[in-house]
This record gives sequence, structure tokens and C-alpha cells, in this order.
Amino acid sequence: MAAIASPRSAIADCDVDASDLHLVTSPEVEKSEDFFGLDIPIIDSARCTRCGLCRQSCRFDAIDGSINVIEDRCEGCGVCELVCPVGAIVMEKRLDGRIFSSMTRFGPMVHAALKAGGEGSGKLVSMVREWTRKKAMEMKKEFIIVDGPPGIGCPVISSITGADLSVIVTEPTVSGISDMKRILEVTEHFDVRSLCIINKWDLNTKKTKDIESFMDQKGIPIIGKLPYRTDFNRAQILGRTLYEEAEVEVREVLEGIWNRTIVELKGD
Amino acid sequence: MRISVASGKGGTGKTTLAVNMALALSRERDVDLMDFDVEEPDCSNFLGIGTEKVSDVMIDNPVFNRDICTRCGECGRFCRYNAIAVLKDQVMLFPELCNGCGGCAMVCPVGAISYTSRRIGEVRSGQLGALHFHEGVLVPGEAKAVPVIDELMRYAAQDIVIMDSPPGTSCPMMATVRGSDHCILVTEPTPFGLHDLRLAVAAVREIGVEHGIVINRYGSGDSRIEEYAKEEGIEVLLKIPQDMEIARLYSDGIPFVDERPDIAKELVDLYERLEGGSL
Repeated sequence: MAAIASPRSAIADCDVDASDLHLVTSPEVEKSEDFFGLDIPIIDSARCTRCGLCRQSCRFDAIDGSINVIEDRCEGCGVCELVCPVGAIVMEKRLDGRIFSSMTRFGPMVHAALKAGGEGSGKLVSMVREWTRKKAMEMKKEFIIVDGPPGIGCPVISSITGADLSVIVTEPTVSGISDMKRILEVTEHFDVRSLCIINKWDLNTKKTKDIESFMDQKGIPIIGKLPYRTDFNRAQILGRTLYEEAEVEVREVLEGIWNRTIVELKGD
Repeated sequence: MRISVASGKGGTGKTTLAVNMALALSRERDVDLMDFDVEEPDCSNFLGIGTEKVSDVMIDNPVFNRDICTRCGECGRFCRYNAIAVLKDQVMLFPELCNGCGGCAMVCPVGAISYTSRRIGEVRSGQLGALHFHEGVLVPGEAKAVPVIDELMRYAAQDIVIMDSPPGTSCPMMATVRGSDHCILVTEPTPFGLHDLRLAVAAVREIGVEHGIVINRYGSGDSRIEEYAKEEGIEVLLKIPQDMEIARLYSDGIPFVDERPDIAKELVDLYERLEGGSL
């Protein structure tokens, strides 16, 4: 989409724990900052009397039997600091990742890298969107294209809320369809209108028909269908977008997707 | 042995591997197959069995007693998630932001805060021969997967536990992989596959769990995964070829172990090598 929409768009890569867009957009980083997610307790082992009150009080089981913090379980709530009778625990800022503002051949892109097990992915996603919004305004871009994370949890919710449209990519498989229905429940819950793309449509034509009837019933337009082709990986291997490398029929489908998206956006 | 099947990238074939390995093993032995991808649980699509709810997953949200509350604002100041707004005439909770940490009740000087439970998900179970199936399901609209994962973990009971993990490398994946003895990282031979595999390896190394790599859709990209595995000294446990028949069976929710006994045998062998500790 960004390849076609450029120079009218800015890109936000919100798949912060496995961000991949940079691999096909070759960004030049202009600005970057440390991202501090939730705070983390620092336990002074000299002061600690091993009473275990912190471990007992922690609702996330983030303190182990040796009174060490299990970082990827810690939610940074501060209860341990509160209950420690000897003041051995202090909450401190935790470096959870980094956020980047870059330029690509398609325009500005904001992306991020969350450290492994990083908490605060929802917060980082919000920050990526905020930075992108500012950049888009500064550079007078009409559109922000957000690459969303998989799933339906906090980083996804963070990437969806307040969007004008969500484009749901699905595939004609049992898993694809059941996952699509769940993400649709979330977009509906947050009152965001959806469009649909069917990827690998010819892998299972019967299931593609099932998706089409389902979307028809829901009043959700299917804005494009891409075929199942292993040679699509070629573009990725070259560090390019599919649009830049594919043959004419596929380029036309992709252009159709973008044009339809604009029509639906303006229709609001 | 508890085996988690993870990957940095979504869509690489974790569920396919977990389901088929568990089914193949269950022909001879009792196996727990557990679906920890509670945001998008897919294993059940391949088993053709009914499941029933065995547990509700609840988190606590505070309730403010207006008669006792003095509007001092301590609770709002303590809350690190902006879930509490203390206004002139009331205290408001934003439940979707509340983590259930219990801190607000602790800091309230007048005891005006108590807790009520909210349901955020459930655990379901089913049976197929010697396969004991358990899945966690998060309610769409809820943000926190980990409490559902923690509840599901309590159902692991057999000697063999195959754990289908969530994608990514953040807290849901970490919480799942921590509960395992070995983590199989499934990837595909493409730039996105390799990039996300590196992140997954970093995450698993942080937890300190033994791990190996399975390359799915082998032949659909290039050799970068094998080169990376060699550089890092990580064993490539198995290569599953790019294969239209496997893709079609997958699309119909049919596990490939019956149609492809050759791969079924490789999965059983792989498990037995891991269990025997020869890797």
C-alpha cells in the first residue's frame, strides 16, 4: 500500500515485537530514542531480609523464591516497593526497546524494536502511532498506513483504537477464518470499520467462497484477492515490496486494493 | 518432556507442527496438547472434537465505596496505568487499563476499596484417543493474555506435553516457553522468517531454555536460515518441504499425519531424540 500511495502516506510499523517492514523499505534512520516501558523493581540485596512479603503480594508471580525479579512477568505496578518493610525495593525506569523515525523511498516511517520479553508493547505501539501522526502532519501526508501486530491483545488494541479504517487480511483456511472472526469482534468492539483482503485465495476456492458470503452478510467489502504464489517471496528476498517486483496482473490487484481503500475512507 | 513450539513470526507453522506431532505421538502414548495462543487459538480446528469449559479466568478490578471515600486521591496517584481518575464528586475506574495489581486498596487510608472479579477468558478441554487437549481462550476486547496462559499451564499433566505457543517475543510467548523443557522454533526460509527467528532466539536464550530450529516451507526461499543456524551453533531439527498437498490439507483443517506417514514418523523420531537427551 505504501509503495502505491507514496508520496501521500506515512508508515507506522506497529508490529513492535517482530517488526519486519524495514527489511523491504530500507529506512534511513533520522531520529531515535530509548523506550522506557513499565518500571521495574530494583531489590537491594544488602537491605533485603528475605521476609518474602514482596513475593506474596505480587499478583503476577514476578518475584521468585530467591527474591529475584522475573523481568518478563513484572508489570511494574509498584506493590512490592510499597509493601517492603525495610525499604529494600525501589521502582526504576526500565529500558524496554527503541523507537526510530526514518525516511524510506516511500516516505516517512516510524518503527520500533521491543526487547525480548519486553513489557509495555501496548505503550510502545501508542508511541509509534503518535510519532507517525506528528511526522505526517509536519510533512503534510494524507494517509497513515499502520502495519498491525498479530493477535487480539493489548498491542493490537493499541494499534486499532481511533483508526478510520481497519483492513483485515485473511486466507481461505480454517485457522485464517477463525482468527479473522475474532479480530473482527475486536474491531467491532472498538467501533472501527473494516475492509477485507483475501490472501492465497486460490489455495481453497470453497473456503474463499465461504469468506465471501460471510463478508457479504456482514456488509464488509472485500477489496482484493491475492493468489497463492511461493514466488512472492522473491521480492522480500530482494528487499523490495511485492508491488515493485510483481507482474502486471498482481500489480493491478494491489492498485485496486489501494484505490478501493481510498474510496472507502472518503466515503465516511 | 514439555516441548513448546514457538517462533518470532506469525504464520510459520507452529500450530501445524504442534498438532501433528501430538497426534502422531498419541497413537502410542498419552499426550497433552495445549494451545497457549490464547488470543487466536487454532489447534482445535484440526482435531474435530468438542471441548468443554473447565475453568473461568478472572481478574480483580477495584470497587470504590462512595460513602467512605474521602477523595484524597492516593489511589489515583499510586496507579501506574492511569486506570483511576479521582474527580470532585466520584472516583472512576477504566477497567480495560486496570491490571488487578491490588495496590490501590493497599494505599487507601480509609479502606474504601474492595475488589470484584471480571471474566477475561477461559480454559477448555477435550479428548481424542490418548490425546488430552486443553486450550486457553481470551475474550475479544480484553488486553491481557498472560493470566489465561497461567491458568492453562495448570492443566499440564501427562509425561508428554506439546505446547503451541503464541507468536512474537513479548510476555505471552515468554510466559509459555518458561513452562517448557525445550523450545522448538519454527521458521520459514525468508528475510522476515530469519529476522524474527533471531528475536525469538534472543528471547529463549534469556529464559535459558534449550532450543532447536524447524524450517517449514523449506525450498520456498533461500538458505539463510541454515547459514544462521550454523553460525549460532543451533541445530536444525527438521525441514518440512514447501508442499501444496500439505498447504491444502492445512486449509481444510486436516492434520497431515494420516496422509503423510513419512513426516509423521519424522515428528515422532524428533520428539524421541529430544526426550532421550541425545540432542
